Amino acid sequence: MAVEANTGRIIDVEILRQDTENGPTRWEKFKVPYRHGMNVISLLMEIQRNPVTADGKKTAPITWDMNCLEEVCGACSMIINGRPRQSCSSLVDKLETPIRLEPMSTFPVIRDLQVDRSRMFDALKKVKAWVPIDGTYNLGEGPRMPERKRQWAYELAKCMTCGVCMEACPNVSEKADFIGPAPLSQVRLFNTHPTGAMNKDERLAEIMGDGGLANCGNSQNCVAACPKGIPLTTSIASLNRAATVQMFKNFFGSDHMVD
Amino acid sequence: MSKNREFLWRRLHSLLGVIPVGLFLVFHLSLNFTATGGSEAYNDATGMMELIPHWLLLVVEWVVIYIPLMFHAFYGVYIAFTATHNTKRFGTFRNWMFRIQRMTGIFLVVFVAWHIWQTRIQKALGDEVNFDMMADIVANPAMLAFYIVGILSATFHLSNGLWSFLVSWGITQSPKSQKIVTYISMAFFVVISVVGVMAILAFV
Repeated sequence: MAVEANTGRIIDVEILRQDTENGPTRWEKFKVPYRHGMNVISLLMEIQRNPVTADGKKTAPITWDMNCLEEVCGACSMIINGRPRQSCSSLVDKLETPIRLEPMSTFPVIRDLQVDRSRMFDALKKVKAWVPIDGTYNLGEGPRMPERKRQWAYELAKCMTCGVCMEACPNVSEKADFIGPAPLSQVRLFNTHPTGAMNKDERLAEIMGDGGLANCGNSQNCVAACPKGIPLTTSIASLNRAATVQMFKNFFGSDHMVD
Repeated sequence: MSKNREFLWRRLHSLLGVIPVGLFLVFHLSLNFTATGGSEAYNDATGMMELIPHWLLLVVEWVVIYIPLMFHAFYGVYIAFTATHNTKRFGTFRNWMFRIQRMTGIFLVVFVAWHIWQTRIQKALGDEVNFDMMADIVANPAMLAFYIVGILSATFHLSNGLWSFLVSWGITQSPKSQKIVTYISMAFFVVISVVGVMAILAFV
């Protein structure tokens, strides 16, 4: 049986720990034996197997979220060496040591590195980030989406509600109720969809309310941080234009709804 | 504030920063620039204001300057204090602009309040606003420095504010257009800063 190659190398890891919601935090240091191709998840699994701190004290295993392990689900986001990103795609070989892990504190911390991203999912519900097709009878086929548009929209559809843009945004925090970049970009996605566009004024109305679109301060951190390269700031600027038009329609328009 | 009005307040804040507050700043600095032609030129230029009937001047001052300026200033303080700065983690150009925009904004509330007290309110109390009044103020080196920082804060805040205005109203959408406007706004910053600083130095 192949034994794991003992490289003799030790990785220093520092983790910001928190036992309960709103509880006190503390830094704990760990020394983890290096293996080839390690990512932050396997590092955490190694600590889970042997939850002993660098100074030899036994401690509780670390809590974190994970799911797909291929950077498409967004569950394992955390702050790694100061930057919010997915722990599954953060390779130890490419990180400076000591590796410092913190929870994305823009969200409520449940325990250790596990956060509650509910506000993002609530935001998606608020902005109606879906195409409504349910009815009492068959509505038939919707309008076709041009292929080139579909390809472009796919880039916006890559959003995995991972929360990295929310963490990076200086206007998303407990003291500000800004909805954040990710749900806004989803409004653009669904307002682009030919069937989704039939309700575009409803989505715009949602983001033209409190804590909506206008709370963006243009720091453009979101687009720099997004692991999927979604053009978030272009989405926001584009929605700004749509909102400007909608604003005039609402005031001067007669009985306009969608168009 | 009534419910669900935040969008309106934010857009109003953005608009008022440019029209009329931004336009007023450009006009104000241009008028000050006449001081580079000597005290007489400056006194002649500012003396033009005296030709406007007093009641009309007061109405224009309140409608065009004080009310929009106060709204922009006080709502701006609220906006500035709801931000959680993170330039340490995200040291990008735009994030620094975001931060400096808020820092200069806060400083400008203090500076403008002081400046109005030192000039407009003194005028209301019976003083005469002329070249000598400013010359007396900036004779103090600390005051001169305070004024230079104030002017530069104002020119920066307007230049960068114009950039965000264009984004916030959906005029510049593409990264390319936003980048080109960054260059234009920075060139604008340099030009009006030179005008503003040359003007204040003319009083020394």
